[in-house]
Amino acid sequence: MSVPTFDQIKVGDELPALKLPRITRTTLALFAGASGDHNPVHIDLDFAKSAGMPDVFAHGMLPMAYLGRFLTNWAPQTQLRHYAVRFSAITPIGAKLTCGGKVVEKLERNGEQVVKLEIGVVDDKGELKLSGDALVALK
Amino acid sequence: MIDTKHIGRQLPSTTFEVEKGRLRFFAKATGETRPEYIDEAAAKAAGYRSLPVPPTFLMGADLDAGIMFTLLDELGVPIGNILHGEQSFTYLAQVCAGDVLKVDSRIADIYQKKGGALEFIVKDSVITDQNGVKVIEARSIIVARNPKEKAA
Repeated sequence: MSVPTFDQIKVGDELPALKLPRITRTTLALFAGASGDHNPVHIDLDFAKSAGMPDVFAHGMLPMAYLGRFLTNWAPQTQLRHYAVRFSAITPIGAKLTCGGKVVEKLERNGEQVVKLEIGVVDDKGELKLSGDALVALK
Repeated sequence: MIDTKHIGRQLPSTTFEVEKGRLRFFAKATGETRPEYIDEAAAKAAGYRSLPVPPTFLMGADLDAGIMFTLLDELGVPIGNILHGEQSFTYLAQVCAGDVLKVDSRIADIYQKKGGALEFIVKDSVITDQNGVKVIEARSIIVARNPKEKAA
């Protein structure tokens, strides 16, 4: 990984996108176990239907974890200072997600050089699933 | 409607030991293949004490103890009706496998929108490591859908 430096980076720079494989029921079963979120609405079709949903759907934390991978692909995790998202749409089975983002600000914070990123996850129809921002310290 | 008397309430503290096997399982579940997240020797070569805890992993630190689901049950919110609204993390130090973390959470706010069709529970958590160092601050906003009130 070649680590970006503060001087190299310009406001407006896009980060390399991260494309994910389709979400399957297996994806959700594994994520339920690994994340500790065992809410049956994500893994049990009968339960999801009884709660008024047409099918199981992804944990919000799954696309947020993908977006975390996107961030730590760009700069080492030890440089990540803040990461926040707002969830805007449910991610159904079969969704094909892409993580993207760009640099929106360069600033000094707590004596460090930091870039602010606007980041988000969209599906293959262009629907936004979650969006947010991150602060990454760069040397 | 969720009783707003719960605003400010401190939830039971919980302790969470970060295990290498669980981190590898999380890497598999999220498609992470980079060696520093899977192989301890690679993690050390990259400057970590052991496998690093990925940015969103500690959302699960109090889920394991059932704190949130127990609370929702007590507040009368059916688990099938909740959605995740917002989530944030502020990182103060890198957490790695082997760390033993203490999670302290409180209900920071409860409010509603759309005439009560949606209710919001804001939970703030502070995660401290085995040396008493604050390592992560997190905020979760959980949304409860209330189909009945929507229809009314």
